[in-house]
Amino acid sequence: MFEFVYTIKDPVGIHARPAGLLSKEGRKYKSAITVEKDGNAVNVLKLMALMKLGVKCGETVTVRVEGEDEAVAGPAMQAFFSANL
Amino acid sequence: MMTIQGKGVSAGIGMGPLYFFRRAAAEAPCYTVQDAQAEWQRFKDAQAMAVEQLGDLAEKARAEAGDDAAFLFETHQMMAEDMDYEEAIEGVIREELLNAETAVSRACDQFVEMFASMDDSYMQARAADIRDVSRRILSILCGTVQGSIASDVPVLLAADDLAPSETIQLDKSKILGFITAGGSGSSHTAILARTMGIPAIVGVGDALRMEYEGRSVIVDGSTGAVFIDPDEDTTRRMTQRREEQVARQKMLETLKGQENVTRDGRSIRVYCNIGAPEDVDAVLANDGGGIGLFRSEFLYLNAETYPTEDEQFEAYKAVLTRMDGREVIIRTCDIGADKQIDYFDLPREENPAMGMRALRISLSRPDFFRTQLRALYRASAYGKLGIMFPMVTSVWEVREAKKLIERVKAELTQEGVPFSEHVQIGIMIETPAAAVMSDVLAREVDFFSCGTNDLTQYTLACDRQNNDLDRFYDPHHPAVLRLIRMVVENAHKNGIWVGVCGELGADLSMAETFLSIGVDELSVTPRAVLPLRRTIREANLIGKAQEILAALDRGTV
Repeated sequence: MFEFVYTIKDPVGIHARPAGLLSKEGRKYKSAITVEKDGNAVNVLKLMALMKLGVKCGETVTVRVEGEDEAVAGPAMQAFFSANL
Repeated sequence: MMTIQGKGVSAGIGMGPLYFFRRAAAEAPCYTVQDAQAEWQRFKDAQAMAVEQLGDLAEKARAEAGDDAAFLFETHQMMAEDMDYEEAIEGVIREELLNAETAVSRACDQFVEMFASMDDSYMQARAADIRDVSRRILSILCGTVQGSIASDVPVLLAADDLAPSETIQLDKSKILGFITAGGSGSSHTAILARTMGIPAIVGVGDALRMEYEGRSVIVDGSTGAVFIDPDEDTTRRMTQRREEQVARQKMLETLKGQENVTRDGRSIRVYCNIGAPEDVDAVLANDGGGIGLFRSEFLYLNAETYPTEDEQFEAYKAVLTRMDGREVIIRTCDIGADKQIDYFDLPREENPAMGMRALRISLSRPDFFRTQLRALYRASAYGKLGIMFPMVTSVWEVREAKKLIERVKAELTQEGVPFSEHVQIGIMIETPAAAVMSDVLAREVDFFSCGTNDLTQYTLACDRQNNDLDRFYDPHHPAVLRLIRMVVENAHKNGIWVGVCGELGADLSMAETFLSIGVDELSVTPRAVLPLRRTIREANLIGKAQEILAALDRGTV
């Protein structure tokens, strides 16, 4: 399992647009990718659940990537977060 | 002829037959099914078709209104395919053996409620998106077509309200104008209408009846008037106004992207005055160079109690983000005088214009002021912010306000909250005292902004609210103009800039005077930007500037 902690820098937090981008990105990999905030973990493929987390700018989330392509998907997701969120 | 009054949200005049937007039946049938697998497949097919339609809409939106509009439909696509949404639907079909329509309706309600219960107004508004997506799937399931315009000639489109997907998929070449019973200036219909330059009137209520369908109608998007079966005189008047508007708009459009510079090369910045975050649309549409006055009062006026730091922060941030690096000057709370608020609990005054108002309240209630300053500094990380204090009369007031700012900055630094180190601090010059002391005040701040309405009222001792004083309340009075000239000279001696943000700034007959005096910026209502730009670009002040200044010296302006 690949895991990293990330503090959201996007001023709007994980709103519809960033959540949509994240969901799209997640579809590229076979691994299960989850975002956890305050003990609630959500699969990034679930757009509405992701939005429901209501992650705001400055809040910290834990991202977990687990599956056969995690060695590629993990660092890729980390780069994606840095670039987009 | 019959006249209905609504709220004009997109200017222009539209004439044509009235046509009511038709929507698929909202009531979905409910029945039990034998073969759950087949029913599930029925849903999957409808879902696939919805996703395909949304993809087409996204492309259409991209071409008509840009990437942001397209993304809305891409988000709808993802919502339609959302796993939790699907799961909720599958549960109803397989476990309760109910039809797909019922399953979709129930899932829709469930997710609408989920979004509506979030403590974030942005997320609450997403409930409308899930409703829109569900309605699309439902109409595919029911075999009804989504609303369209079955008319060969262009029409004035009437509806209770229009969802974004409905507005975007309409054939724009068939729409002469929008009239909706509900909606507001910031509804999707209004925004889209303004973007596309189609007249729109919202909030006409139940005065608009289905039985008017097909009747000849004229709408005036600037006044909000809807004329049904207009008489000859109205038709003639409106036709003439439309021709004038079209010609004028065409001319103004050519000014977008042009500089505000006179023929003899004097330039001036033209910014906008706004009163709420949604006014940024108009600033961008009219090519405003920045925001010279963002009145923060809306936050206080639209509330039951003091707005929190986060609420203020979100509003300021939204404006700064959307202005994308262009200057935004936010005026701190200017409550008092003609703007009274119950929860402020201000004592009744004989003469509120000269009483406890604006910066005086802020300095008397440091905790209240601190909340606003913290929100402003937090927002400063998202753009180019200027902060300005209203109703200054003494140098000590400015120093005290600046001291509070230093404290807020120290707090934020300690908390590790990011903010900009380049926030400009300015004051409104709206009292004769501030104008007379402007040489000293100029050493304390980065800019001045002359509020001509109050400056006129206080200089001429004329109550703005008293209509009988009209003849005496003269904003062109040489006393007012001399004060502004003095302020500009004192500012420039100290290397700071001066704007004019009162109504006088948009007075086209004054543009040459302000240019001659050397005013650096005019902040005006968004729709005045392009007319003002035209006046500036047509001006040639060689020789004329001296004349204007000499007239000011003689006092004969």
